[in-house]
Amino acid sequence: MSDTPIEADLTRSANGRIAKERLYHGLLFCCAALTVFVTVGIVATLAIDALEFFGRVDPYAFFTGTEWVLRSENPILGILPLLSATLVVTVVSALVAIPIGTAAAVYLSEYASDRMRSVLKPALEILAGIPTVVYGFFALVYLTPWLQQIGLGVSLFNLLSASIMVGIMIIPMVSSISEDAMSAVPDSLRQAGYGLGATKFEVSTKIVIPASISGIFSSYILALSRAIGETMIVVVAGGSRARMFDPSQPFANLLNSGQTMTAAMVQAVTTDLSGGTAGYYSMFAIGLTLFAITFSMNLLSNRIAARYREEYQ
Amino acid sequence: MTQNDTRNVDGDDEQRTDGSETAVSEPTTGSDATSDSLLDASLDVEGGTVPADADTVIEARDLDVFYDDVQALEGVDIEIPENGVTALIGPSGCGKSTFLRSINRMNDLIDAARVDGDLRFEGKNVYDDDVDPVALRRKIGMVFQTPNPFPKSIYDNVAFGLEVQDKADDVDETVHRALERAALLEEVEDQLDSSGLDLSGGQQQRLCIARAIAPDPDVLLMDEPASALDPIATSKIEDLIEDLAEEYTVVIVTHNMQQAARISDKTAVFLTGGELVEFDDTDKIFENPEHERVEDYITGKFG
Repeated sequence: MSDTPIEADLTRSANGRIAKERLYHGLLFCCAALTVFVTVGIVATLAIDALEFFGRVDPYAFFTGTEWVLRSENPILGILPLLSATLVVTVVSALVAIPIGTAAAVYLSEYASDRMRSVLKPALEILAGIPTVVYGFFALVYLTPWLQQIGLGVSLFNLLSASIMVGIMIIPMVSSISEDAMSAVPDSLRQAGYGLGATKFEVSTKIVIPASISGIFSSYILALSRAIGETMIVVVAGGSRARMFDPSQPFANLLNSGQTMTAAMVQAVTTDLSGGTAGYYSMFAIGLTLFAITFSMNLLSNRIAARYREEYQ
Repeated sequence: MTQNDTRNVDGDDEQRTDGSETAVSEPTTGSDATSDSLLDASLDVEGGTVPADADTVIEARDLDVFYDDVQALEGVDIEIPENGVTALIGPSGCGKSTFLRSINRMNDLIDAARVDGDLRFEGKNVYDDDVDPVALRRKIGMVFQTPNPFPKSIYDNVAFGLEVQDKADDVDETVHRALERAALLEEVEDQLDSSGLDLSGGQQQRLCIARAIAPDPDVLLMDEPASALDPIATSKIEDLIEDLAEEYTVVIVTHNMQQAARISDKTAVFLTGGELVEFDDTDKIFENPEHERVEDYITGKFG
């Protein structure tokens, strides 16, 4: 700040303001940059330690191995059982959340009266605010016994119960983002539909949903990313035995316990693994894989949103 | 301007005379016009839009509409004849759009709206308990103030009404004919698959008209269809409306008195308070209205 003022009065007061403005600018930048630095730091750490892991374990063996035994003298570290369990949870939870979440969004956006909406929306937000460990507990203590009661023959820890509960957990995400997208569809399009003799259901399914499809897809992908990364529910209700997906008996995979990538990382953290072993470093390799999956899904979500973005007017 | 009006009014007079003659020599023309409308699209019969003995299509008796406690229409009585153009004019807030929307029960979509009295469409009170508004709207097409094509292809826009109304026979042909009828086909023939939103404002409004007439309704309601358009697009829409009036009953709300004088056969003047003050032949309204208030409004003393 060694500017020599040419017109003393004006510049001096301006200088004070400029200094303050610079300070605010700097502070705000630091806060914004912090999140980026942390993200970059985490990814870098993951990458470095994952590289360490792949120095000890052949990457090919890791990504194609169909067995995961962590607690052993000679751990067998193949990610496929974990990956397949994660996929099972994601697919089943999507089967629960996508139809129900979309239908709820259509109801809230098109059918519900203002009063009903003012009751239901906060209720959905509460559902979104429940800690996931509570969902996991609920799955273990209520949902699993109920599944047993209706004769599904599930074990105490099973992927079906965990997946359904993950699906319930992500319903609010699907419904609230989809509803925002549907509410953004201009009323003039609905009026055009009604004017042509369309029913409310036809207006919803043939006008509103197609017009907001990019937002709806985005909500699906964000919700699925959330399902992939979900940890507590699958740890509590899904069990901790890594099992390779058996395509010949697709349902058996659901009825038995299974370990997702996130659950395996929890196990690796909570097990007394000595630092520097392959088992210890495996956490980072799984973490990096998980990050790669969710990151590409977010990219995909942005792509889809951009590709199908509709301008209404 | 007066000269202009007079000329138009004369034109209307001639048309009306032609119409009566047509009605006398070919008594079936009037009733057949709607069912054959699209088939006969190319056979434009000049004039003859409102035969003197035309049937009443829409009839209101002591119609009141309220939005919550605010009365938007008060005791409206009107008989809108088949075919021809009926214009609803009046200052802002006079209830003319409310009346238009009560014909096809679009007011149902507004929670606060409440309707009292009779509104008969082809003899049936549309506010009877057994009336399905969806069925009613399938007989009445509507074109809105701002062009509102769906974010779909031009083709799908026009086919939408056919699809929801299960009129799936010859969709291709019907879409083409509706576009042709709306004077849009030539301009868009090569781009039926591109989005309706890529068209200009005037083209979009003609697309909306094509969409409304594709399912072949009996009546076409238009809520200030040209108010968002430039003068050239407006004059195209006006030509189109006069053309359509040969086979459809057109009811049009307009802010623009010259437009009403140019294109309509009958004019209803609503004044503040939701009151229908005068309804008569357009030339009568513009030349020699019964009511002083109407004359004041027409001559621009208020409104």
